[in-house]
Amino acid sequence: MQLTLWTYEGPPHVGAMRIASSMRGVHYVLHAPQGDTYADLLFTMIERQDKRPPVTYTTFQARDLGGDTAALVTATVADAYERFRPQAMLVGESCTAELIQDQPGTLALGMKLPVPVVPLELPAYSKKENWGASETLYQLVRTLLAEQIPAPGVVRPARPAGRKSRANLLGATVLGFRCRDDVTEIRRLLDQLGIDVHVVAPLGASPDDLRRLPEADFNIDLYPEVSRATAVWLQRSFGMPYSTTVPMGLGGTRDFIAEVARLAEVDPAPVLAREKPGLAALGGSQARMQWYARSVDSTYLTGKRVFIFGDATHAVAAARIASEEMGFTVVGLGTYGREFARPLREAAKQYGVEPLITDDYLEVEQAISAATPELVLGTQMERHIAKRLGIACAVISAPIHVQDVPARYSPVYGFEGANVLFDSWVHPLVMGLEEHLLHMFRGDFEFHDEARASHLPEVALHAPAAIDGGAAPDQARVAAPAAPAPGRPGVSASAGVLAPGTPAWSADGELELKKIPFFVRAKARRNTERYAHERGLTTITVETLYDAKAHFGR
Amino acid sequence: MSAIALGQAPAKRASAIDIPILRERGQREVFCGLTGIVWLHRRMQDAFFLVVGSRTCAHLIQSAAGVMIFAEPRFGTAILTDRDLAGMADANSELDRICVSLLERRPDISTLFLVGSCPSEVIKLDLAKAAERLNSRLFPRIRVLNYSGSGIETTFTQGEDNALKCMVPAMPVTSEKQLLVIGCVADVVEDQFQRCFAQLGLGPVRFFPARRAADLPAVGPHTLLLPAQPFNGETVRALTARGARVLSAPYPFGAAGTTAWLAAAAAAWDISEERFAAVTGPLAARAEKALARYRAQLSGRRLFMMPDSQLEIPLARFLHRELGMQLVEVGTPYLDRLMVSAELPLLPAGTALSEGQHLDRQLDRVRSARPDLTVCGLGLANPLEAEGLATKWSIELVFTPIHGFDQAGDLAEIFARPLQRRERLLA
Repeated sequence: MQLTLWTYEGPPHVGAMRIASSMRGVHYVLHAPQGDTYADLLFTMIERQDKRPPVTYTTFQARDLGGDTAALVTATVADAYERFRPQAMLVGESCTAELIQDQPGTLALGMKLPVPVVPLELPAYSKKENWGASETLYQLVRTLLAEQIPAPGVVRPARPAGRKSRANLLGATVLGFRCRDDVTEIRRLLDQLGIDVHVVAPLGASPDDLRRLPEADFNIDLYPEVSRATAVWLQRSFGMPYSTTVPMGLGGTRDFIAEVARLAEVDPAPVLAREKPGLAALGGSQARMQWYARSVDSTYLTGKRVFIFGDATHAVAAARIASEEMGFTVVGLGTYGREFARPLREAAKQYGVEPLITDDYLEVEQAISAATPELVLGTQMERHIAKRLGIACAVISAPIHVQDVPARYSPVYGFEGANVLFDSWVHPLVMGLEEHLLHMFRGDFEFHDEARASHLPEVALHAPAAIDGGAAPDQARVAAPAAPAPGRPGVSASAGVLAPGTPAWSADGELELKKIPFFVRAKARRNTERYAHERGLTTITVETLYDAKAHFGR
Repeated sequence: MSAIALGQAPAKRASAIDIPILRERGQREVFCGLTGIVWLHRRMQDAFFLVVGSRTCAHLIQSAAGVMIFAEPRFGTAILTDRDLAGMADANSELDRICVSLLERRPDISTLFLVGSCPSEVIKLDLAKAAERLNSRLFPRIRVLNYSGSGIETTFTQGEDNALKCMVPAMPVTSEKQLLVIGCVADVVEDQFQRCFAQLGLGPVRFFPARRAADLPAVGPHTLLLPAQPFNGETVRALTARGARVLSAPYPFGAAGTTAWLAAAAAAWDISEERFAAVTGPLAARAEKALARYRAQLSGRRLFMMPDSQLEIPLARFLHRELGMQLVEVGTPYLDRLMVSAELPLLPAGTALSEGQHLDRQLDRVRSARPDLTVCGLGLANPLEAEGLATKWSIELVFTPIHGFDQAGDLAEIFARPLQRRERLLA
């Protein structure tokens, strides 16, 4: 048994629903009790889909359990087929139905429907949503392509001369992070390279589209959490190579271009040549981010401490961007997806941080609190953590909420994606010039200590107190529950909590600390206390404050 | 007092109880009883709700609640894993371990609810035994109770009924004459009603559940029950078994509804008609005034209520009688006649009532009737809007204060807003 307050991923059948809802002509019959239909609202409310998910639930009840729940399955499958006439059906079960072992998939196969039926076995007590999505796509593709698999030893015919190279884009789904716009952006990029997009799947694909997958020359594995298993199988069964570079950030996009150009046998040089520093000002580059990061107003971004958590694909790519393209310092890197923990571990090693592989929300909160970052790049879960701690935050990965499905075009992949990321990571931070102004005018009444940056929400007011608490996360955690403070999360949670043995501030030291602008005061307080603590000092004076300042720099 | 006196429905209308009901069976687009935790834990701020279930349960509560306001909410899920199912881990000792470590972190908790789910029911994990075991270690500092919120046994608001029912045996005995209001209401609503009862000179009045789970009201032969929510039938029956008597009344929705609800209590205390009118008259008039603004917008509009919160019948009565809406179909997950005996006669003759659900067939009826407003769950609202049908998502009705005179206007506004919005937006 595992105590969970919040969960990053839903159960695996929700992953299967993501595949079904992303596609056309697929219907999913789910053997499940009343209540499991809650998952529909993820699609209609968060993703704002204008149709119900193509899912029919059997809605069995306690009184059915002694009777014939199997008959309920076959009746539901028959009804759903009659009503929706899909080109292919997925049949599976949710957690409770798994326990009663009706094997709905097998039952549905036995019905000899005139369309392919894919039985789904998604173990609800050991697997989660992304795995469920991956497995569903894989099983569906396998079933639909079963008859086309060439015999062993048959060599894949070469691309006819004169035909452009074709790629499939795999892995985009609804409820993924910005998939809709990423697909458009990558299409645009491939178009510039002279590569045709053959099939995009599962997003917008029909079963017939999946049958055409092998007609492409190679696959682009855009979201490995969802499509790696399928890409690997297509390579094994059809000899189709697949790309592994995630086209996120400038470096990621350049590497991606190089990789797909090699797979497609085209020349990447014309596209890459345009993306050189300095060209942005002349309008030659699509990646303004490159120039913006070099522009002097970005100087203040140097060394900003950033904590990154999400699915492994987005987290690893974000770490590279943060470090190489924004000049941040990565102080934490983690993922909730154990299936892709390995690449994340390697990346963490590169940035000299301990990889955080967990789906325990409280553990993530504790790690963030302890790392005292200035910016959190995470999921909607981290957005809540950051809000409570008063730290700036941008969302970079699923799980998403309604604001992560913007109306405007906002990919995170490709060159435009890099631009979008620059904007969305910089905006939550105090702007560089504003930092100077605040410092200069802090004696003025508009800029008194409690005045906050005009563009930040109310919660920023409490940031210093919250970050103070971060110095002693264990104590903060014990103290927190006593004060749930509805509506004002995090305010009372950590104020005034000091670890035992923390040196006390003298009156003059405290007064001097107040002269430091509030947005760096928490850091100054933390550093000074650490400095004093390490030296066994019991009182912090003005001198201790400046000694610490000299010791830590900036 | 309101022109529409609900309390005195003509006797001949009682035949409306026999209106034919369409009973359906099929896919239900309704939450399970676990969802009630979202408002139960807000009402009882010293209680923790631990669902013993699967990742689906945790995901459901999280998704239904919509927002994650609290770092450590006062609810959580003990997720069963393969190890528990395979018997490699003793589920009972695992559960005890989780509860004890949870309560160590939360010294503010006085009542722990162990909430059964579909999987825990199917594997027959005995939560009553678990509660007993934990009580022997933790009581009286912490009381451990258990109930089922499973989807195989409960729909949406039945979770509240089960939660309240499991508290009944722990309630002390009293022989005092008292009024006990049954069902979660917003704190502000409780305060308003308490003021009103005090002005009537009626009391003592207690609310169940109270704001603290530990403050269990007493019950006895002179306890009069006044249900504020139509879905707490089992709780009412359990309290009746302990000697209490139910006052039959419509629910306090709208000006007339609230007047009739209060009148049932006033009658039991022999409050004079003059006094009753003097106290409730101005309040009802204020509510009337607030309602008048929306009557023009809602009157004559055709309403379809999908089964969801069990509030459908009282709300349909309110929307029809006080705002002039026409009822196309009123769906309810299940019909508890004890709880709606004063409501059914107030529905217009020939109202199409349906119980249970076959979602696709019901949607066919929605599409063919093309009502002006459909009240439905979050999973259906946008798809229906995309078909050009105005909708009101029903979960707002359990998250928002809607009871009493001073919320009557707010309640009407909930239904008027989608229509207003459509008028504002250019086609």
